[in-house]
Formats: sequence, C-alpha cells, structure tokens
Amino acid sequence: MPPFEPVLLEAIGTPDSHTLESYCSRGGYAPFEKLLAEQQPTDVIELVKSSGLRGRGGAGFPTGVKWGFLPKDHPGPIYLCVNADESEPGTFNNRILMEDDPHQVIEGTMISSYATRATTAYIYLRYEYPHAWDRLQAAIDEASAAGLLGSNIKGSGFSLDIYLHRGAAAYICGEETGLIESIEGKRAWPRIKPPFPAIEGLFRKPTVVNNIETMACVAQIARRGTDWFRSIGVPADPENPRDPGSYGPKLYCLSGHVEKPGCYEAPLGITLRQLIDEYGGGVWKGRKAKAAIPGGISMGLMTEAEFDTPLDFKGPGTVGCMGLGTGAVVVIDETVSIVDFLHNSCRFFAHESCGQCTPCREGTSWNQRILERIRAGKGRLKDLEILLENGNTMGMMPGSTICGLADGAAWPIKNAINKFRDEFEETIKRTNPEGWMVTDPVPALQIVGAH
Amino acid sequence: MPTVIVDGREIEIGTDERLNCIEAARRAGAEIPHYCWHPGLSVVASCRMCLIEVGSRDAETGKTSMVPKLVPACQTPAKDGTVIVTESSKVKESRARVEEALLIDHPVDCPICDKAGECRLQDYHFEHGQAQRRADIHPFTSRKRDVGPTVSLFVDRCIMCTRCVRFTREVAGTGELMVSSRGSKEEIDIFPGYPLDNKLSGNVVDLCPVGALGDKDFLYQQRVWFLKREDGVCGGCSAGCSIHTEHNQDTIYRLKPRENQHVNKWWICDEGRYGWHHLHDPSRLVEPKRQRDGKGNAAAEPVEWADIIGLLRSDLAAATANGGRLAVAVSPMLTVEEAWMLCSVARSIDPQAMLAVGFVPTSGEDESFPGGFTIRSEKCPNRVGVEHVIAGFDPTVPRWETLLDAVESGSCTAAWISAAYPPAGNRPPSEAASWIDEATAARFEKLRCLIVQDLFTSPLADRADWLLPAAGFAERSGTWVNHAQWAQSFERAIRAPSGVWPEGRLLWNMLGRHRLYDPAVIRREAAATSSALAALAEDLPPIGIDLRLQQLATS
Repeated sequence: MPPFEPVLLEAIGTPDSHTLESYCSRGGYAPFEKLLAEQQPTDVIELVKSSGLRGRGGAGFPTGVKWGFLPKDHPGPIYLCVNADESEPGTFNNRILMEDDPHQVIEGTMISSYATRATTAYIYLRYEYPHAWDRLQAAIDEASAAGLLGSNIKGSGFSLDIYLHRGAAAYICGEETGLIESIEGKRAWPRIKPPFPAIEGLFRKPTVVNNIETMACVAQIARRGTDWFRSIGVPADPENPRDPGSYGPKLYCLSGHVEKPGCYEAPLGITLRQLIDEYGGGVWKGRKAKAAIPGGISMGLMTEAEFDTPLDFKGPGTVGCMGLGTGAVVVIDETVSIVDFLHNSCRFFAHESCGQCTPCREGTSWNQRILERIRAGKGRLKDLEILLENGNTMGMMPGSTICGLADGAAWPIKNAINKFRDEFEETIKRTNPEGWMVTDPVPALQIVGAH
Repeated sequence: MPTVIVDGREIEIGTDERLNCIEAARRAGAEIPHYCWHPGLSVVASCRMCLIEVGSRDAETGKTSMVPKLVPACQTPAKDGTVIVTESSKVKESRARVEEALLIDHPVDCPICDKAGECRLQDYHFEHGQAQRRADIHPFTSRKRDVGPTVSLFVDRCIMCTRCVRFTREVAGTGELMVSSRGSKEEIDIFPGYPLDNKLSGNVVDLCPVGALGDKDFLYQQRVWFLKREDGVCGGCSAGCSIHTEHNQDTIYRLKPRENQHVNKWWICDEGRYGWHHLHDPSRLVEPKRQRDGKGNAAAEPVEWADIIGLLRSDLAAATANGGRLAVAVSPMLTVEEAWMLCSVARSIDPQAMLAVGFVPTSGEDESFPGGFTIRSEKCPNRVGVEHVIAGFDPTVPRWETLLDAVESGSCTAAWISAAYPPAGNRPPSEAASWIDEATAARFEKLRCLIVQDLFTSPLADRADWLLPAAGFAERSGTWVNHAQWAQSFERAIRAPSGVWPEGRLLWNMLGRHRLYDPAVIRREAAATSSALAALAEDLPPIGIDLRLQQLATS
C-alpha cells in the first residue's frame, strides 16, 4: 500500500493552521470563488453527486443525492445545518477540523450552501467544544472581513450568513431532526418523518443537515476534483446497482487500548487491523485485543477475529455491526470484561435517551439496571434473554422508535451477547452461584404507601 | 371511493377524508390501542402503543406488499389500498412489550388512584399486557406535585404521552406544562412560579390517559364506577358546550366535555366544568312560599305544590283584572319547552300579557383560544331559544328593560319573573352579587302580584308575593339554542332537591296536561308556532342540529 498523504488533515500541526492566511496559502477559498463565478448550483450538486461522497456523520447517505431532495424552485429560505454535535463516544475528528483548520470547514459550508441555495447556515456545536467555538467564530469573522461571507459575495449575487449554535450537552441533538428542534429553541425531540427535513425542516423550511467532516470533504472535492476523490477508497460493487461505493479519505478516531491513540486520515476501506497496527502502534502494553468498536459505540462490537474487516461503509455490516458510523475505533484489550463494557454502553444510552418513545425510554434504563444487577452478582441467565429481546425489538429498524438512538443502544447489546455469550454466562454463574439458574419472575411489587 | 383493508375486511372511506389508521380501523370495528394520539392535538407518535403492520394493495394486480417493520397507526394515513393488520402476533407482542415498559416505573398504586376504573393503562394492560412482570425494579413511590389551582400531578404515574403539554401549547395557548429531565427520569413539570392556571386547565385531566393528572375538585370524592353518566349541555354561557354530567344519587361529582365538533370539539372551560357546585348549595331555595296573600298581608307559609297550580292562576287573574296587565320575564336559563309553556300559561291568564326576554347576564368579552375554543360573555345558555319562542307569540320580542319600564310605570300590574340564575363567576352564592340589585328590584314596588322563580334569594325575591324555587341546569329537560342557533336537547341528569318542582313540571300542570311532563310533546307544539324552531319538530340527534341549516333545507 502506498503511503497515504493526508488531505483533510494536511495543515494540522503546522503553525497558525487555523488562520485565513494559512488556509489561502494552501489554495483555500479559490475553488469557492471559482465555483461562484463559473458554475450554477445544480452543477455543484452534480459535482458532489459524481464524486460519490457519502455523509460522514454516521449513516453514510450520499450527500449529493440528499441535496437533490430539496424542492426545485423553492422561494426560500432554504437552510443548511452543519452537524458538529459530535457526541458519539470515541469520536473527535470534527473537533480537530474545527479547532485547527476551521476555514476548510467554512469553505465546505459555503460551497454546500451555494449548491443548496441556502442563504443561512447554522453550525451546531456541542456544548463541550468552547475552543472549537472560538476558532470557528474567529474564522467566520475573518472570512466576513475578507468579503467571503455576507450579502452579494464577490459580486456574485449569492449571499450567505453562517451562525454558530451551541447545544446544551445532549447526545440526541446530533440526530438530524433533534438538531433542528434544538436550533429552533425547543427540546431536542426527534421529529416524526415524513415530512423529511429536505421538504420541511428548520423553521418548517427545506433544510439540509450535513456533518462537519462532509463539509471538509466538499471543500477538498471542489479543490482537487472528483477524479482525485474517486481514486481513493473502495469502488462500488458493479454487481450491486444499489451500492454507492465508499470513496474518499476518512478521518478515523483511534482510541482505547492502543499505543498511539489519535485521529488518523486513511482511505476508506482500510482494515481495522491495519489501522491499529500501522497507525495506532498496536495494542498497548503488548497485550492482545479482545474486541473493538468499529465506528462509535452505537455501531456495535467486533471481535479480534473480525479485525480484518475493511472499515468502509459496507464492511462492518458484514460482521453484524450496524455500519461504519463515525469511524471512531475504540480498542478493548483482553483484560476488559465485556459485561463491564456493555454496562457502560447501556448506562450511556439510558442517560442519553431523549425519553420520547416508550421502548427506548424504558428499555434503555431497564437494560442498564439489569446489567447493574449482573455486575452486583445477582445476575441470572434469563437476563440475557431479556437483554436480547430488548435489543432486538427497540429501534427504528423494527419500527418501535422514532429515531435511531435506540438502534444504537441495541447494537452493542446484540453484538456483545451474541459474540461473547460464553463470557456473560461464565460471569453470571461465577458471581451468582446460588441464583443464576432462577427463571421465576422478579418478586411482586411493593405496594406503595399513601402520599 | 378509497378502500381500506382492515384485518382482511374492506371498508370504504370518503374521498376527502384524511383519516389515520386508528380512525380507519375504528370504522371497521377494530380498536387500535393508543395513548399519545388525540384527534384534537398534534401527532407525536411517541407512545408506540398503536404500532401495527401496514401495507398496500396494488390497484391493478391486486397484490399486497407489506412494510417490513411496524409503523405507528396514528402517523400513517389511510389511503386507497392501504392494508392494516391490527391483530398479528408481531403487533400483539409489540403491544405487550410497550405495556411492560410503561409499567416498569409505574407505581401501580391503583387502589389509591382516582383514575382506577377509567384508566387506559389498566384497560390496555388487561387486554394487551402480559401476565408476568419481568422487570427487576421496585417502582418509585407516587410523588404528588401541585401544578396549579385546579390540577395535581402524580409524577410517577405519568407515561409521558405529553397530551397535557401539547394541550396547553396548542389549544389553550398558554404553554405552562413542559417536560423536564431526560430518558426514564423524565417528568411533566411547570416552570417555577408559573402554575398551570388558565381557563381551560381542567381539560388536561380529561386528556390524561392514566392517573397522573388529578382534578383537585374531584380528587378522592368518588370512585368512578359509582358514577352514572348523562348527556347534557353546559348552562354556563351561550356556547352551549356538550357535556357529560357524572352523578350518583342525585349528587353531581363532575362535568366532563362530550365531543361535539359543531360546538365545543373535545373541550370545556373551567367555568363550566366547576359550575355545578351551586346546585348543591345549602342556601338554595327549596320551598315554594306565598310571602304575601292576595291582600298584601305577610304570610310566608309553605304551600303545597298541588294547591299552587290553582292559586297562581287565581292570584294573577285577580291582579290583572280591571284593565291590569301581566308581564312575564322568560329567563334565558329556561329551555325552549319551558319558555313556550310559560308564554302559553301567561297568555291563557291574560291574552295581552307582555312576554319579555328575561335578564341576560353577561361578563366581560368573548374569549377565544388558539385551539378554536371560545368562552362566551353571555352567561346564559338559551337567550336565542327564548327569543324564538317569544317571537312566535309577539314578533316585537320585548326586552328586559321594556318589562322594567312597564312594571315601574304601572302599565303592568302583575309580573312573573322566571330567573334560575346561578351565582356569578362560580362563587358561592353567599359571596356572589345577586343578579338583580336593590335599585332595580325597587322598580317592582307598584305591582299587585309578583311571582319570582329563582335558585337563590335576591332583592327581588324579598319583594315577591310568590317565591318559587327553580331548577338548576342539570335538573331540567328540554332544548337549548346556543349563540350560533345550534339546538341541543337533553334529559335531566339529577332530580331537583326534594320539594322543588322544576319549571317544566309546574307549567305542564298549569296548562292542565295529564301524566308526567314530556318535553318532546311540548317541543313539537313549540316548533309548530315558530318558523325559527320548525326543525325541533323532529327528534334531535345527540349532538344537536343547526336551526338555520334546517330552515334552509325546509324553505
């Protein structure tokens, strides 16, 4: 494999990489001005469509196709929301882009706004990113002063304002429609679909929601062209007309029990083992890996034997994970108890469930409490059946919830129990030698007293 | 016509109807359980109880293709060819799981819960739940929180359907209620210092599918299975909201709105909801009294009703002899039937009797809410109906002021003032100002005979020769016509207190009719005398009819 030259991260580590001067010296904003002067918005949509760019936020939906869903000839306003509510555990690539190369993100936002004919763009930041906020705001101010933002940019007739919006630290705000509700000033309860945001989104107007990394990719596609983009990654399967392929570079966030955790840019399709060994310096302390999360905790769990799976949009699905997700790889070494891992995962989702749909609100907290009981030495084998039943029945895929949070909560349960069932059974039998085999329902309710 | 297939049964729905799958299935007789969906509120599809299987049947090939996952029936429109499956094992298992989930944190304190007996959670669990509880969690205790002057919140009974929150935002427009916290720790709450205090607040209790919101007025007063429910009409204002009067042993315990899309949709205001307490007030008039005999001597003795029938006639006849004239105030609290009988009785005593619309109480301005509900400023239910009745006898329809002038000037020598006004503003009668003040009452001084028929004592009652007790709104039968000409018939919900003959019974007997008072007979006779009331000749549907439309149809 030839050494891969980072593109999205090319400036990271160079002095003053966050400034306009640095960005322009790398050829920044020239592609935007060229597009603005020479091309129509529909041309830009075609450009992105032909590049095969798929959204980097988790679901991997083709970006150009998403833009194409916007109603034609809408009188406006159309909104672009950039999702920087990077809350998936293990994910931190948006942060690096925003903090150290904010102009790349902003140029991508400008190009995307031009393509979608949006005149207002909101960048939705998670609460915990004050430094990213400062850097982005400074970059927006710089760009405005340079005449790259505002009304009638460079005499093109195109106007754009970019606003930062900060969440209040909730995972659900990263869900497309939860984010929209949050920008509107409401509780981030995901909306029922239809209508989809492209038809009726922010302030009931057509809206596109894209990830920060997607914006950076758009900027690079505009600069380097679709051929460059399509030369990287995994081409579409010619046998499967529905496979859009996995093109382009991807920012993988490597953390957990590796020697050199960090955010690494690699072509889509790199295997998990390559990522750990070639970029991460191998599993730490000379230990063996037990499992890894392929792309944020909601994507599930890969066992060590599955580490040769390519990390493209298709790969993790072939070993029972939900998908590539955000590309956040968390490595778990052999000393970690999978019961503890699953408890941690369930605790996270119980805390972050927005509480709208019954199966997710009650299911996630029930799962957490079952795992707490197992860890306290009161587990029963029957609990695994209940956990699996909850895992199999909650989520958008079985249809029992509005958004995908419950699917993300269910996947680690399904993967952990199916792939490490022996360890669960051994732990339960060892810690609860008296009661592991009990299958009776839990004792009757305590009747509450009068109030 | 679009055809929907519900559990294999084909039903047709209207071309322009926008039904969801719950409504479409109901047409076919299949009840899809649901908590969060309410036809008067926005769709949130969050309780997930109404999950069903749907598909579509191709119009040309007749082939059915099903959606692979479950979908919420409330959110799914029923269109031509929509296939709805409500009883598959997948659907049943999903319902059982939702029930199980809802009960995980529920205190299950049904024995002390006011909602027991009319609780969706109970009913659905019985029908769709599973027998065994698998959850390993002791539920919270039942915390009670004061959210406003009319409503208590039992926090842990809540299933987070958010109907109440949506009601305050979408219908009342006040938005006091909100959801706080997240996940399973979520609670309905108010912002500190901003209680649930609006004129429609009681509706959130009706909307609550479980026992989380309790009506302070009803809390712990009666088990719901002891209550009997009668269709009625609210007498609080000229809106004429359809209600259910819920009572036991001639005592009202609560009023609930009855759905009527033409009048009040699903709601009633708090003024109407709590506007029944005066019926059971101990200071109510319950004895007919002849306070002065025909010669002006104080008597104040109770008289038997059987004797009153004749005595009223003879006293009025004596007072209107020798060129005198009878004036009658027909109260807008009376039903059309009672008003017609009162006019007929008056004209049979004095063919020239003045028939005037009684005092019309008003308060403030009409008050409209974002959800399309309006509280009327006219605080009586039947001014329009009374005017129609009087117009059949006297097209000039004299007003209350005309009557006052006539009794003051002496051109009328006897008066029958029907009143039956509840105390203003839901206050106890002892605190509320009477409907008539001393100065107005003094204008009745010159009369030879004054009959006052009222619920409570008043300055006018003190001057009356005859003081007759009146019936309250839930104690009458008949028809009211609201401000928009919408006529609704109703039967009495409770009997009047012992010793009180409602106006209908007294007047029926004074007309010399036999057997028991039958409003339907009178309604048909009244319909024959007034073109505006012609539509009342037929029996009315429970939701009533629009008199104007009926007139157009018959003209």
